Amino acid sequence: MEQDWIMGLLGGGMIGLAATGFLLLNGKIMGASGLLGGLLDRSGGETTERLAFLIGLIGFPAILMMFRDLPATNTTQNFGLLIVAGLCVGIGTRLANGCTSGHGVCGMSRFSLRSILATGIYIGAGVMTVTALRLWGAV
Amino acid sequence: MMRVLIALLCGALFSTGLIVSGMTDTKKVQGFLDLFGSWDPTLILVMGGAIIPMLIAWQITKVQKAPAFAVSFPSATEASIDKQLAMGSVLFGIGWGLSGFCPGPAMASLTFGGLSGAVFFSAMGLGMIAQPPIRRVLAL
Repeated sequence: MEQDWIMGLLGGGMIGLAATGFLLLNGKIMGASGLLGGLLDRSGGETTERLAFLIGLIGFPAILMMFRDLPATNTTQNFGLLIVAGLCVGIGTRLANGCTSGHGVCGMSRFSLRSILATGIYIGAGVMTVTALRLWGAV
Repeated sequence: MMRVLIALLCGALFSTGLIVSGMTDTKKVQGFLDLFGSWDPTLILVMGGAIIPMLIAWQITKVQKAPAFAVSFPSATEASIDKQLAMGSVLFGIGWGLSGFCPGPAMASLTFGGLSGAVFFSAMGLGMIAQPPIRRVLAL
């Protein structure tokens, strides 16, 4: 468990450094849902920059994979559940204008009230959902 | 050109951080949300570890005039708290709890997460494309 916590802090630091670089060098907020969503619904500009970010995010693990085994994602095999969950995450993050990276990391570190509220709500809804799954016997 | 290269590197560092921290493991994320079961606090450490450099970064934006390769920093004026923020966050939280995926890890694990990860990613992308018309129809 302690090992997991240290890796969590270390990996978190890397995420924070990536967000710092994106902000101080490119002047942009590193929000995963905003960068992808703005490209998909064509509401955002800077297409090349977005694409480059997404290529790094999606593609770099494929390079890492050549050198070492990557951890299992342990995703449920219930495709119906995954489709419902994916639709909820896609619609929800775009409606709320941010997800764990945009609101959770970039917004909260700026003491944005919107981001603090959003983070409280999605963690609360997530806890209720997992608790419901547990009562249902699905976790 | 410089901006494109930086975006690529930031994306790569982001996915590496997500993998190193264990956040591409959906069971670990669901474990954090399992407050009344076998709770796993790792996600708090990940978020804390990411917020610390960003606290400093936001302070730098106050003294530095502009980003190195852009005209200005993101605007400091904040939109008001509205029902879209609340409804969207509830919906996101439900999907996050059901799957253990949020957008960053879903993308970071796309190349090694198998068919189930691809199914989630496709549905998420569809949801993102569907959001503007849904918002218009429901007059949100």
